Amino acid sequence: MPVEAPTKGITMRRSSFTGMLAITAASATVLAGCGQAGQSDGGGGGGDGGTTELTMWTHSAGNPAELETYNRIIDDFNGSQDEYEVVMESFPQGAYNDAIVAGAAAGDLPCLLDMDGPIVPNWAWAGYIQPLDIDPAITDSLLPTAVGRYQDEIYSAGYWDAALSVFARQSVLDANGIRIPTVDEPWTLEEFDAALVTLQGAGYATPLDIGAEDTGEWWSYAYSPMLQSAGGDLIDRDSMLTADGALNGPEAVEFFEWFQGLFDRGLTSNAGTVGNEEFNNDEVALSYTGVWNAMDSLDAVGDDLLILPPPDLGEGPKIGGASWQWGIAADCDAADGAREYLEFSFKPEYIAAFADGQVVIPATAEAEELSEMFGEGDPLQPFVELSQRFALQRPPTPAYPIISSVFERAGKDIMNGADVGSTLDQAVQEIDTNIESNDGYGF
Amino acid sequence: MSTDNAPADTLTRKATADRTAARNRARAASGRGPGWRALGYVPMVVLALFFLFPLVFMLVSSLKPDAQILSDIDSPQAFLPVGDISLANYAGVFDRVPVARFLINSVLVTVLIVGLGLVVNSMAGFALSRLEWSGRKLVLTVVIATLIVPFETIAIPLVYWVSKLPTIVFENGLPMYDFGWLNSYHVQIFPFIANAFSIFLFTQYFSTIPPSLDEAARIDGASWFTIYRRIIVPLSGPAFATVAILTFLPAWNQYLWPLMVVQQEELRPVMVGVQYFFQINPAWGEVMAYTSIITLPVLVMFLAFQRAFVSSIASSGVKG
Repeated sequence: MPVEAPTKGITMRRSSFTGMLAITAASATVLAGCGQAGQSDGGGGGGDGGTTELTMWTHSAGNPAELETYNRIIDDFNGSQDEYEVVMESFPQGAYNDAIVAGAAAGDLPCLLDMDGPIVPNWAWAGYIQPLDIDPAITDSLLPTAVGRYQDEIYSAGYWDAALSVFARQSVLDANGIRIPTVDEPWTLEEFDAALVTLQGAGYATPLDIGAEDTGEWWSYAYSPMLQSAGGDLIDRDSMLTADGALNGPEAVEFFEWFQGLFDRGLTSNAGTVGNEEFNNDEVALSYTGVWNAMDSLDAVGDDLLILPPPDLGEGPKIGGASWQWGIAADCDAADGAREYLEFSFKPEYIAAFADGQVVIPATAEAEELSEMFGEGDPLQPFVELSQRFALQRPPTPAYPIISSVFERAGKDIMNGADVGSTLDQAVQEIDTNIESNDGYGF
Repeated sequence: MSTDNAPADTLTRKATADRTAARNRARAASGRGPGWRALGYVPMVVLALFFLFPLVFMLVSSLKPDAQILSDIDSPQAFLPVGDISLANYAGVFDRVPVARFLINSVLVTVLIVGLGLVVNSMAGFALSRLEWSGRKLVLTVVIATLIVPFETIAIPLVYWVSKLPTIVFENGLPMYDFGWLNSYHVQIFPFIANAFSIFLFTQYFSTIPPSLDEAARIDGASWFTIYRRIIVPLSGPAFATVAILTFLPAWNQYLWPLMVVQQEELRPVMVGVQYFFQINPAWGEVMAYTSIITLPVLVMFLAFQRAFVSSIASSGVKG
């Protein structure tokens, strides 16, 4: 009985098995010849007709507006000379840093790559990128937060910056007798807290959308400036060697106790959705959010929208600075060409196109004038002033990635009710241990 | 009563009658009628709905604008195609992501991983279970031991190694050799063909097939490859089906590896495409539309082969 079954099986299956083998073998052979088209060590490979190919990676996949401007710049640059040809590959933002790390491990980084501002010192320290060394007139013209430095050397430069503010409805503040703050006279901590209590009493169950449902870099970007406004910081910026005293000092403890209290008292929550829908739908009275949400809120709220400075928690209002910036890979074979492209790309019309397409703050005054959103009298002009007056870069140290991730975890623990003092002490210990084990990251 | 000479239809009728009588006796013994039976379906329906909810939510949300998805989320409307329904999210997906290209890439990579994996791993399993050679137990132990190493821990070294491997490239129609597998289809396929779990499963399954079959075939002059191809493979349908299922899903869902080794958009698989929708504010409607599109091939495959899936997993004793 068991002998008959395979005999039948042989008849039925011989052709399919042989076929499967043939197909897979043929496919494997064909595949062996596929690919490699864009791979070139050093990122500056030979192109057609004697041109040098400059590979360029950006985090902009899935962002048609940004890609459109990049394609325009690249077309213009490639058409303006015949020595270099820029070839762009775009990656989705959420996966970009992993792709860079893998590319670095394989020695396969492109010549030109963009990077989030706070990561610049880490990549410079790790040897991924080289000093930018473009015309100083360009970097001098940019917002200070649009230039990435490590150990006093410029490694990156960006076309724009972003800024946070507090969105409000004028009608709501007026109706509740709440003073409208200005950049010269922002809310004090007491005023801000009292305003939230008043708005809660006026019927807003959760008056402030602080964005705590978000994750990742948002926590450091959004809340470390609050900590700095209160007198604390992520690290001792004089030495860059310890977080002790900065992240767990009395000012930091006091700030985080207030921060925890916002959640305990129901003045804010982490139950919302990422974005600004709750404010646009008038479910919250105030929203601590960024320039990128301003156009949607203008559409929803119209002239009633107020773009307010963040509160002064003791040391003046602070907002996070540094957005995406461009650098040159350390092993780029055609660094001169990469510099030539970057210098070409910092034209005011391109910067203005990025600003208006992305709804971000143009990095130069000339581009600001060309912008239809950020120029004098334009609806988003307040963000320019906020950025110029209050932006503070996150600590320019290679330790920043670990600082940021520890800060996020500690902040979430505190939000969820952990003891403030011991949580901050633990965070400091983790950061200091990491810095120590990396020999101070060059400081 | 002897049934040796009974016609087949009489036998079938008798078997059916016996089963019905047995069922009736069981019901009488337990005191349960059709009502109880219907009641038994209630938890099954509830469970089915429980498992269907995510799919329904995904499909329904793919037809709604972002604001409505968020406003419906706290109500049963989240599962109903009501409100501002349109295909705008699907149009948005095609504007943002080269969906067809990603789907073709994923189908190609998945089919080859599964197809080549079945051949290679079953042969390895055959060698480990049927052939007598010194050290095979040690080899099997080493193969099984690799199961405890998470892929994430070897990903970066693996990227380094594949970037140094030789390959064939065609320039002006001429085959040339070069180094580096990055940015290719084969770098997404070859590292996943040999699979320790598949080898283990084949080894175990082949061990249950009586050795007397091999011995008889050897006496008849069959080679080991003939025994593998004509005896072992035809008798191991459930094992092949199980391995096919268990390698299909991870191959289709590949994310980290292609992200690290493929820089060209035209070579990316579908899962990397999901990240395209997570800009500063996620485009939830488009995320749902995209995941609906890329889930469709998996659903179609499951529906087409569900009977084979269930029976193969039941017979091989493996849970997916």
